[in-house]
This record gives sequence, C-alpha cells and structure tokens, in this order.
Amino acid sequence: MNISLTLLMALPLIGAAVLAALPKSNALLAKQVALASTILVALATIAIAVGFERDNTNLQYVESHQWIPSFGINYAVGLDGISLVLILMTTLLAPIVVLAGWNESQSGRWSTKTFYILILILEMMAVGVFAATDVFLFYVFFEAMLVPVYFLIGGYGTGERSAAAVKFLLYSLFGGLLMLASIIGLYVLSGAQGGHTFDTQALSHLQMSSTTQNLLFLGFFIAFAIKAPLWPFHTWLPDAADSATSGTSVLLLGVLDKVGTFGMIRYCLTLFPDATKTFTPTIIVLSVISIIYGAFLAIGQKDIKRLIAFTSISHFGFITMGIFAMTTQGHSGATLYMFNHGFSTAALFLVAGWMISRRGSSTIADFGGLQRVTPVMAWSFFFAGMSSLALPGLSSFVSEFLVLVGTYTRYPVAAVIATFGIVLAALYILIPVQRALHGPTTPGNENLSDLTLREKVAIAPVIAVILFLGFYPSPLLKVINPAATHVISQLGFSDPAPTQLGGK
Amino acid sequence: MLINNGLVYLIALPLAGAAILLLAGRRSDKWGHILATLLSASSFAVGLLQLSQMLGRPTEQRAVEQKLFEWISVGSFQVDAGLLLDQLSICFVLLITGVGTLIHIYSISYMSHDHDRRRFFAYLNLFIAAMLLLVLGNSFLNLYVGWEGVGLASYLLIGFWNQKPAYATASKKAFIMNRVGDMGLSFAIMIAFASLGTVSFAGIKEAAPHASTASLTAIGIMLLVAATGKSAQFPLQAWLGDAMAGPTPVSALIHAATMVTAGVYLITRSNFIFDAAPTAQLLVVIVGAITLLFGAIIGTAKDDIKKALAASTMSQIGYMILGAGLGPVGYAFAIMHLLTHGFFKAGMFLGAGSVMHGMDDEVNMRKYGNLRKFMPITFVTFGLGYLAILGVPPFAGFYSKDMIIETAFNAGGIKGILLGSAALLGAGITAFYMTRVMILTFTGAPRWDEKAHPHESPILMWLPMAILAIGSVTSGFLLSRGDALVNWLAPLFAEHGEHEELLKPIVVTSLALLMVAIGVAIAFMKYSRSEVSNTAPEDVSFLTKIVRRDLLQDDFNEAIFMRPGQALTSTLVKTDELVIDGAVRGVGSVALGSAGALRGTQTGFVRSYAALILIGAVALIAAIWVVTQ
Repeated sequence: MNISLTLLMALPLIGAAVLAALPKSNALLAKQVALASTILVALATIAIAVGFERDNTNLQYVESHQWIPSFGINYAVGLDGISLVLILMTTLLAPIVVLAGWNESQSGRWSTKTFYILILILEMMAVGVFAATDVFLFYVFFEAMLVPVYFLIGGYGTGERSAAAVKFLLYSLFGGLLMLASIIGLYVLSGAQGGHTFDTQALSHLQMSSTTQNLLFLGFFIAFAIKAPLWPFHTWLPDAADSATSGTSVLLLGVLDKVGTFGMIRYCLTLFPDATKTFTPTIIVLSVISIIYGAFLAIGQKDIKRLIAFTSISHFGFITMGIFAMTTQGHSGATLYMFNHGFSTAALFLVAGWMISRRGSSTIADFGGLQRVTPVMAWSFFFAGMSSLALPGLSSFVSEFLVLVGTYTRYPVAAVIATFGIVLAALYILIPVQRALHGPTTPGNENLSDLTLREKVAIAPVIAVILFLGFYPSPLLKVINPAATHVISQLGFSDPAPTQLGGK
Repeated sequence: MLINNGLVYLIALPLAGAAILLLAGRRSDKWGHILATLLSASSFAVGLLQLSQMLGRPTEQRAVEQKLFEWISVGSFQVDAGLLLDQLSICFVLLITGVGTLIHIYSISYMSHDHDRRRFFAYLNLFIAAMLLLVLGNSFLNLYVGWEGVGLASYLLIGFWNQKPAYATASKKAFIMNRVGDMGLSFAIMIAFASLGTVSFAGIKEAAPHASTASLTAIGIMLLVAATGKSAQFPLQAWLGDAMAGPTPVSALIHAATMVTAGVYLITRSNFIFDAAPTAQLLVVIVGAITLLFGAIIGTAKDDIKKALAASTMSQIGYMILGAGLGPVGYAFAIMHLLTHGFFKAGMFLGAGSVMHGMDDEVNMRKYGNLRKFMPITFVTFGLGYLAILGVPPFAGFYSKDMIIETAFNAGGIKGILLGSAALLGAGITAFYMTRVMILTFTGAPRWDEKAHPHESPILMWLPMAILAIGSVTSGFLLSRGDALVNWLAPLFAEHGEHEELLKPIVVTSLALLMVAIGVAIAFMKYSRSEVSNTAPEDVSFLTKIVRRDLLQDDFNEAIFMRPGQALTSTLVKTDELVIDGAVRGVGSVALGSAGALRGTQTGFVRSYAALILIGAVALIAAIWVVTQ
C-alpha cells in the first residue's frame, strides 16, 4: 500500500468536508464521522511507519511540487525518524481525544460539527508542520494552526475562555512574527548565494556572519520557546490549559507544543549550527530553570488543570535540555520524551477532564476520597500521575533517564540540578493524588459515577502504550536513533568518551 | 555462565498475580487471595529449584544470567533487560519468596474481614515481583526498576487504608523520602556511565580497577544515599515509623524482612566499588553506627508496639549497614544478620499483628498486659524472636550480630574502638527496649480497654509465626556452622587478609552478653516491679520528651525542608502571576497601544489578529518582492 504524506493530510480534510456537509442537528453522526476519520488517519500513519526504512537517514516519503515559483516556494514534505515519531503520536492521540471528549463540545458557542471540523483541520496542520521540508510551508502551517486552536479555546472552553484564547494568540503571534523576520532573512541570504530558496536542506549550507546567524537563530528560537513553552515564555500556557476543554488541552500541550521542540531540532540546530553552539549554555540554563520552576509552580497550584500545565513546563525543560545536550542519549531521549509526554499528558488531562465534568469543579480541594467512590477513574488518574513522575517501568522513565544521563556526560551540573526535579515530581503528583483520591469522601462526591465503557475504551490504549514503551521502547528508539545521531554528527559533536577509560 | 531460562518465572509468576487481581477487580474477590498465595509459593518453588541446580554446579559456574531483551539502546548506552542469579541473589530470592509466602498465608486470615482483601493481595504480589527484580537485575538500571517498584508497592500498602488522612500522609511521606534516596541512585548511574561507560554490574566490576578513586568514591557515596532512603538509615530514616500505618503483614514483609534491607543488598552488590573507595566506605560505617544507636534510642520511648518494632528494624539494619561498610570481611556477616533478622523480625511483627487481632487493633502497649495467658502461641513465638534479637546464644541473632560487633572492633585503631563500642552499646539498648515490649505486652496486670477480647489467633496466622520462630532459633546456627554462608558468598567478594584481633571473640561475646544483661535488668526494674500506667506519664524529663519525638527527626525536616519549601512555592506562585505574566502583559499592552488590552473584548482581538496576519503576509511578500528585484 502506497500512502503519501499528502494523502495523509488529505484524509482529515476529507473528513472535515464530510462533516461540513452534515446537518447541524445530528451531533451524534458528526462525532461518529470524526471518530472514523481520525481512526483512518491513524491507520494510514501506521502504514507509513511500517514502510519507513529506519536505518536510512535520508528524508523519506519525499514529495516536492512548485507552489509559488516566483519566490522559490515549494510544497515539499518528507520524513525522518523524528518527524515520523511525532506524526505517529499526533494521529494516534487524535481518535483518543475524539472518543474521550465525546460530549465536551456541548457547552460550546458553536455546533458539534464545527468542533470536530476544527479538530480535523488542526490534525491535518499538525501533520503538515512536522512533515514540511520547506521553511515557508512550515511557517504557513505553524501560523495557521493558531486559528483552529483559537476557536477551540474561545468557542468551546470554560471560564475566561476568550481572554485565554487571545493571550495564547498574541504570544504565538509575537513569536511567529520574529520567526517570519528570520525566514525573510534566510531567503534574502539564499538569493545572494546562488538562488532564492526555502528548502531546509539547501538553507543549511548558507554562509552567514556570526551576528547574522545569531540574530536569525534567535528569531526561530524565541518563536519555538514560546510554543514549547520554555521559561520565561510560559505564562500563556496555564491560562490556555485552564480554559480549554481537556481534549483541546491534550492537542495543545501534547501535540502543538511539540512543534516548538521539534522546530528547535529541525530549524535551530540544522540551519544555525554555530549560533546553536553560542546559545547552548544559555538554553541549558533556561531548561534547568523550567524543570525546577515548573515543578515548584505545579506544587503550588490549587486547580488541577493549571497543575498539569505546569508539570508540562517542567517536562518541556527536560526536552530542551536533552536537545541541546548534544549527545545521542540526550537527543534520542528528548525525541522519545516528546512522544511519551504526549501520552502521559493525554492520560492526565483526559482523566482530569472526566473528574472535572462529573464534579463540576476543577479545584483540587473539591475532590476527596475518589478511590473508594470511582475506583477505575481514580486508578486511571493515579497511573497517569505515575507516568508523569517517570516511574521506572513506564515509558516516561526511559526518556527522562536518557535525557539526564545524556546531559550528565556533557553538562553534569545541569543534569544534577535537573535530577532534583524527580523529587519535586513526586510532590506535585502525590499531593493532588492524596487530596483528590485519598482521605474520607468529601461531601458532594458520594454519588459520582465511575468511568463509562466509552471512557474506558479511550483511556485503555493510552495506558497500554505507556506500559509497553516502558519495558520495550526499542521500536521507537530504533526509528529515532539514526535521525538523532545524524543531527548530532552534522553539528560536529560526538558523545563524550568515558572519562576514566581514556588511557586504556 | 550458563544460559538458564528459568529465572524470569521467579518474577513473572507474582507479577501475573498482581495483574490478574487488579484487572479482574471484584470478580476475583472470592479466589484472589488463594491465587496470589499460590503464585508466591510457586515462585518460592522455582527459587528452591534454582538453588538445587546452583548447588550442583562447581563454584565458578554457580552464577547464571539471562538476557530477556534489549531494553534501552542509544549510542554507547546499552542496557539489556537481564537477570543475574548468583550466590548473593539466591539468598534474597529465598528470603523474599519464602517469608513472602508465609506472610501471604497469614494475611488470608488477618485480612479476611477487609472489604478490599483482594486488592491487598494484588499489592503483595506486585511487591514480591518488584523485590525479586531488584535483587535479580544484572545492572544498576534494572535494579532501579525494582527499586522504585518496591517503593510503589510500599506506598500502596502503607496507604492501604488511605481513607484515613494520616495514613495517606504516611504513604506520601515514605514515597517522597524514598525518592530523595532514589535520586542518589540516579546520580550513581549517571556517574558510572559518564566515567566507566557502562551501568551493568559485570561491566563496572571489570572497569573499576581502571577508575580513579574520586569517581568510585562519588559513585559509592551516591549509592549510600540511595541505601539510606530505602533502608531508613540516617538521615533519611524518618518515614519508617509512619510506615507502620500499613497493615501489619506489610510491616513484617516490607518494612522489616525484605524491602528495607535493599540498601544492604545494594552496598554488598557494589562491593567492588566500595572496596576501592575508602571514604565512601567510612561514610557507610558512620551511617550504620549512627542509625543503629538512633533507632535503638527511639525504640526505648515507643508505646506503640509496631513503632517500637520499626525503630528496632531501623537499628538492626544499622548493624547490617555497619557490617557491609567494613568491607570484604563484613559483607557476609551483614547478609547473615539480614537473613536471621528476616526470620525473627518478621516473626515478631506477625506476633504483634496477632496481638492486635485479639485486642481490637489496639497498638498501645500500655493497654496490653498479661497476654501470655490468652495467646500462648503468640507469646512463645514472639519470645523466641525476642531471644534471637537480643543475641542470646544459641538463637539466630547471637551468631550474626556478634560477628558484626566483633568485626567492628577489629576494624582497627580508634575507628574500630568507636564502631565496636557503638555496636555494643546498641546491643544493650536493644535488650532494654525489647524487654520493655515483652513485659508491657505479655506480663503484668491487664490494662485492656473494654472492646478487647484477647484470644489466640487461628492456625493460618500462628503457623507462619511458628515457622518463622523455628528460623529465629536455628537459622543463625545453620548459616554459621562451618562458616557455611561466609564460604558460600566468598566467590563474590575480594579476598581479605587476617585482621589483627583487638579483642578475642570470647571477650566480645562476654561483653555483648553483659550489655544485654544490663539492658534486660534495667527494663525489669523499671517496668516489672511497679505498676505500669495505661497512659504515658507526662512528667518526664526533657530528654525523654525529645526521644518520644523521635529525636526531633520530623521537626528537623519540617523546619529545614518542608516549611522553607512551602514558602518558596507560594512566593514563586505569586511572582509568576505578578512579575513574569505582568511584565509580558505590560509589554503586550504597550505594543498594542492600549492599556488593559489583554482583557478587552475578544471580537476586537480577532480583528486585530486577522489584521496582523494580513500585515505579516503582506510584509513577507513585499520583502520577497523587494529582494528578488
């Protein structure tokens, strides 16, 4: 079976078109179409993954068509191991999000079918942003993705959803404009050096003065740091996660934020190797701050959604630290971390969403004793928490430990400070676990219902993936390793040799 | 090395039990406990089979390894999921599955009235599996999975009745303090990989002679940090007393016989690191000596029978850590004490459970008294454990503890004298607080509450107690006869020369017995000759008050870590909203030319956003057009 990336992007659009043709009144049918479409996309991605040659470091599934020839803009897509893993994560999570949030479009400003049209368009753009190999195309997806998210938060969220949506938009917009300036700069430079192009690989061979390179690097990096988000560019995230529905939060934190860390690898490192080296110490410091700061802020939260958002800030600190540690362990670990964080955060947000919709509150103190009222829901939340604190045996442990050990060999102090994050993680998980699940049942919670069959079906694959990859991460690592090694060696780095065995 | 495919069953059997019981849920309520017990027993049977095969092989081929699959492989970081069964791990396998199975049997009866008995057995099986992985993993990273796995099982079991807030807090405290220790294990693995390029036991053992003392010392100290967390040693000891919130069989299995001894295993397993890192080794003996006294002192002021036994566990593990820190001459004695302690302490905890069973779950010994009349089997089995822990010949503890005291004295110089004296003093205090427990519980006048109806426990409970009591009597003699255990373990450790003897063995034994006699005598004078009040007296010395507060361990942690941490957290939360978010908002408002813009009407913003995208796109195209001209 030959599935192209274009077809993969077309599938959700076709689903969206079918949805658009449906009558507004039939919400159930809209949900079913959305679910079928996302499942189809997931199956198509699996077919692509099966056909992917994992030891081949060249881009695969490459397609390139002229788009705006006068500007040298191409519709060009292709996959390496890193983008494949992220697309796989995106399309596997999408049907789970649809199924888990079956009823979350009801309190929206617009119809159910519009909700799922937005989700499908977002999915298509997420695939596009990871697959693009033309900087301009990447930029278009990067910016256009904001629109469906904006409407998903502003139209279907809760609380101060409008303000949160706007905040999200302005932050992203600010970053996007900086990136745009850098892209124009690259384009101008390429014109002076043999012909205008937006092709990522061609751009990576540009000659630049170090000042130019640093400035262009920063344009990209700040945009990605906002997206990721890295401290101190993070303040939009808790508000957005607080207001978004839990399904939207999964897509926002689990998928969209990865565009930031993915962009660092694909654009910052590849296009600006010298600037990368210049800024690496700063970025490592910001990452460590994110890890510890995000964890402390998570500990201090009273609202379950904001808490999860801050845990993600801590986790993204690990990811950026791994990326910039410039070791194969750090780099592979960071990419694996992106995938694992997607599932781990999905589990946390989805279960938290179910808890919140049942209780009618997202304040942690309003829960209590759920373990004995709704055992399956409580256990799912506990499991998600264990995944978030990277318990060995679960997938996040593998990636977190790889990042730490990979960072330690080059930046021991950063790794040591970051490791304190594992104690803080125990606190930010076990405190809400105790308040929400343990203790006597808080009045008002006695009659909460446990997970429905649909919800169990939605969470089971997430749990299965987290467990499976905890013990057997090889299927993903074998895809990631060649790409990660390639990126590191392109930058001229090799792993530090064991310090004590040099003379042997 | 032989390829032996049986090892994985040791872990797989109890793991399957945990999975079945948890997934089947209430459907397995009727038979879950039976299945879990059978699986634990089958794991013990596999262990016995492995032992018999091991005995059939020549010494140098006794260890077997099994590679299950490639676990993590990135660049030179290569870790297989692999198991290693050698002379050391088989000791643990049999202790874990043997004592574990007895405690499963005991729990069938002990937990029979609990609505959630099935869940309890699921956790017990999960614990057995994780603990076996801990002692069977062939690398530090595999060990780590078991290491945190037992931490999880311990957390779940301490908080088994977490509907009581205090119990939930106790379980959280245990997990978090253990995580502090686990961080040490993380560091040790990172340093090992960065300096030696491997994390497997075999690889590090091979590379260690090429490594500098500095890096081995760093690894050793970090392993010690890990050990202090898991084994409740100073300064990470404060969680163990609270851990008694768990059902008593859990205290017997996890917080006495097995999990808390994992630190001793870790240090013994890493002997090739510690032997080459004298500074780390010195810290080990210091931690051991401090904790053996710390635990013993705390034990003197406990009225809660389980907490008295927990303090005693802390102290006895202090002896083991001390032994392990003494190097090749001490490792085997540390393990011997670990095994004998596994029998007598687990037995005494089960005895405490039996007492509580008859006393309406009362744990305050001041409300016991004269129970030997009503629970003769419990009294006898507990009493044999008591004689064993005191180190009265020929009971088990005599052989193991005496050897540690003797070896400590022979460590040489002032160090030897200090360590030996600490161990000797500890033996005296142990005799005092254990005698106190015996007197308050089993003798004197009854001081019961009305709800108490003391009676002997059913056979499912007293049989495991009786079997453990037999171990308390015989294990020391059997393990030390002809230096059986020392010789069995010898191939794993570096050879050690003959140490000069500071004191002759007979002198050490006499001194130890003298200390024990003094301790027993003081306890008798204090508690047997006068009436014991059923409430703790208030008019006690300042020192007693401090001991009752566990030598201020919680006050210290709260003042130094918890409250400053809470203050920092709340400051950061406020700062994040005011300063960082505020600064961004300020910049945003200025940029958009309108104050308070971010909270403005949203329709206006959609328009401005659309306008900005439009401007951006126009700017891009214009710029491109300009440069392409």
